[in-house]
Amino acid sequence: MASPRTYDAIIIGGGHNGLVTAAYLARAGKKVVVLEKRPRVGGAAVTEEVFPGFKFTMFSYVVSLLRPEIIRDLDLPRHGLHVLPLESTVTPMENGDYLAAWGDHDETRRELYRHSPRDAEAYDEYGRLMHFMAQAVKPILAMVPPDPTSFDPRDLFALLRLGKHFRGLGAERLHALFKLMTMSSADFLDEWFETDVLKATKSASGIIGTFLGPRSPGTAYVLLHHYMGELDGVFRAWGFAKGGTGAVSESIASAARGFGAEIRCDAPVARVLVKGGRATGVALENGDEISAKVVVSGLDPRRTFLGLVEEKDLPGEFVADIKRFKFRGSSGKVNLALDALPSFTCMPGIGRQHRGAFSISPSLEYVERAYDDAKYGEFSRRPYMDIVFPSMIDPGMAPPGKHVMSIFVQYAPYNLNGGWTDAKREAFGDAVVNTVEGFAPGFKSHILHRQVITPLDIERITGLSEGNIFQGELALHQLFFMRPAAGWAKFRTPVRAYYQCGAGTHPGGGIMGASGRLAALAILGDGA
Amino acid sequence: MTLRQTPFHQRTAALSEGHAWRRWAGYVVASAYELSHDREYHAIRSSAALFDVSPLYKYMITGRDAARLLDRIVTRDVGKAKVGQVLYTPWCDPEGKVIDDGTISVLADGRYRMTAADPNLRWLHLNAAGLDVKVEEVSEQTAALSLQGPNARAILQNATQQDLASLKYFHLTDAKIRGTPVTISRTGYTGDLGYEIWLDAAQALPVWDALIETGTPHGITPAGMLALDVARIEAGLLLIEVDYFSSKHALIEAQKSSPFELGLGWTVALGKDAFNGKPALVEEKARGPAWQFTGIAVDWDSLERLYAAVGLPPRLPTQAWRTSVPISSGGRQVGYATSGGWSPLLKQYIALAHLEGTFGTPGTAVEMEITVEHHRKRAAARVTKLPFFNPDRKRA
Repeated sequence: MASPRTYDAIIIGGGHNGLVTAAYLARAGKKVVVLEKRPRVGGAAVTEEVFPGFKFTMFSYVVSLLRPEIIRDLDLPRHGLHVLPLESTVTPMENGDYLAAWGDHDETRRELYRHSPRDAEAYDEYGRLMHFMAQAVKPILAMVPPDPTSFDPRDLFALLRLGKHFRGLGAERLHALFKLMTMSSADFLDEWFETDVLKATKSASGIIGTFLGPRSPGTAYVLLHHYMGELDGVFRAWGFAKGGTGAVSESIASAARGFGAEIRCDAPVARVLVKGGRATGVALENGDEISAKVVVSGLDPRRTFLGLVEEKDLPGEFVADIKRFKFRGSSGKVNLALDALPSFTCMPGIGRQHRGAFSISPSLEYVERAYDDAKYGEFSRRPYMDIVFPSMIDPGMAPPGKHVMSIFVQYAPYNLNGGWTDAKREAFGDAVVNTVEGFAPGFKSHILHRQVITPLDIERITGLSEGNIFQGELALHQLFFMRPAAGWAKFRTPVRAYYQCGAGTHPGGGIMGASGRLAALAILGDGA
Repeated sequence: MTLRQTPFHQRTAALSEGHAWRRWAGYVVASAYELSHDREYHAIRSSAALFDVSPLYKYMITGRDAARLLDRIVTRDVGKAKVGQVLYTPWCDPEGKVIDDGTISVLADGRYRMTAADPNLRWLHLNAAGLDVKVEEVSEQTAALSLQGPNARAILQNATQQDLASLKYFHLTDAKIRGTPVTISRTGYTGDLGYEIWLDAAQALPVWDALIETGTPHGITPAGMLALDVARIEAGLLLIEVDYFSSKHALIEAQKSSPFELGLGWTVALGKDAFNGKPALVEEKARGPAWQFTGIAVDWDSLERLYAAVGLPPRLPTQAWRTSVPISSGGRQVGYATSGGWSPLLKQYIALAHLEGTFGTPGTAVEMEITVEHHRKRAAARVTKLPFFNPDRKRA
């Protein structure tokens, strides 16, 4: 295929956001090329056959909040996207009991009732409130963040008021929102529930991808994200993608190609060419230069600004902001090939529980202690884990009768005392496997192959700085108009014709694609 | 007199978590085995779903004039069909209005199996006058399973010695499953890769067990009628008494439909000898049908706006509906949808509809009535060619 000498846009990085940006630009008739350093697209959303016949969703594992408008605009189902339901969560407890949330509301209620009749009732009220909160905050996900002049909480509310759903919030809900924005998830949940294992499991979802514990202020906000998925409940943009998260990337890539975008793999970019404060193209590591009217970086803010361009092309204050932008990768991944599914002590046998998630979060103290290890530079000896068996949801992920097990693990700090070594990686893997063994005795004997991924591995393979899966911590001070830096949250950068489209921009993290879409809209809005 | 149980009931009843049953041709069948039909639906599109379709009416038609009898009745050319072929076909009354639709399997020379949604024994006998043919109802003696989904072939292949790779779409073969003789046809009601398995009712349970056993590593999932209903709408497949009325049951002329009006023009072999309804159909073909049967895709943004106006996120029908819903254009009603629902795969609100004349042209903008918080509203929609979903694997 004859490539044009010059493009309308070059997208650096074929992660899911870069692909989304490429697809939207190509859809608008632009000549677009995506440059990916790895042999395959997807970035951290890849599925790879690491062990013969077993497909691992290497880094990510569920489709969290893939934006419905992206699914529609790019017609992703026609390009192979099929999101399968992942409905239950079982939390094994230390005493051999369990807490389960099932797909069926009544069944979940009855299960909660077993632990606390009071909580079973509070659960519905809590769900209703969170539903309203999510509805109020959700429009922000689809909007370019406005740039207020101060960071006073009143300005925060002024910002939120821009969302038109927000207008309907009464005092009660406004207060709840303020609490969500400021409290720790544990404290917030304490106001609602008495069942410790329930609070532990819920709050665990509030710490994913952060270097914070359930008792750290600001973690309550992340609880909301799960209810945003619920708003799309019927649409179901949440679940397990058939073929793993790599299939999501492939479907977006296929849509982008369908619109005429060119995607080049094994094409690492060395630097962005800047002339007179304006990006004019890129130089590849092999020395080739490609010019374009616009250059878009899907990489994280550190690589986008401190790696691809020279500091002298950027305002000093901005450089300082980016240098302070926190990554602090805190999670790892253990992927296993199994010859049989593990039977958990709390719910013996093989059954429907294996079609959902197992959350290793038996108590708030357990999760907080896992954080304590990390706070002082160690990986958690007994970590929080979110376990799924992709082959139970999509049998194509493993040979018939065999299984893959995906274990998301937190905490595994990037800055480990003494640094990560092969021995430390295996010790981390042992800690994970041994902890699971405690809840599912005999499980270790079914392991055919083990892949342990530390934040350092994530950085090394995907390029994500410090192995942060969200391209920068999802902490309140790094969200909305602060992502990645004050004044530069609208996908533009201090270098003209140089844009950012990764999860390091608003709204960030998860396989959501919103950053990529909003970046494309901003670029098109600038008349590129 | 209670509802009858199918030959698989012992197995299906044990699986029924929600005790959700429905009636079908006098039998009781599962609506959904789990509390929601969600997973059963996804199995059809992602792995494989196993349906008990035993309640279908089945007739064995044998004898020298078997093909002649069938050719008198149905619109397709049975005489031309080869042994091993399966034909989908409607059949009409003398006025060219559809009585029923089903399949005809050419089992051997002069030996056919016909399936139907309604009892047709009397109609078959009436048409057999003067012919050397034997018509036998075998509904009760014949059990039937439908295995549908991308893994259907792998599962079935593990259960039988018969090579399935060479079995083409709408063809059949004899085979054995665990020693039980069966007929396997590459047919179904989902628009996916799929097979139907026909067997002696007495052998039903061992065959079910064999399929579950070989299918489990491939994600086989017993599924009920709710899941099937969503899939058949995606596949654009008609359902009698829902999308059209048998001319035998219609109370007024307007309730009757011709094959042309149901998008079944391709099944009408006007070149063959006289058959029921031929003169009327010849005339209608020349004139053009008054109605077109087509797909409707509701516009998401329009739906979202209608719900946002009352402060709600869009509510979508999680189960397929089966009611008559007005379709309009420029404020005038131009047709009606007869079934519809949310396609979890396509992420689209889809419906099957009857539209007047040229409104059935794909791409035409129309409006579908929806009820938002007790108020009738009209959502923008677009006429879409059927089927909505047509994967390569269906025929490959």
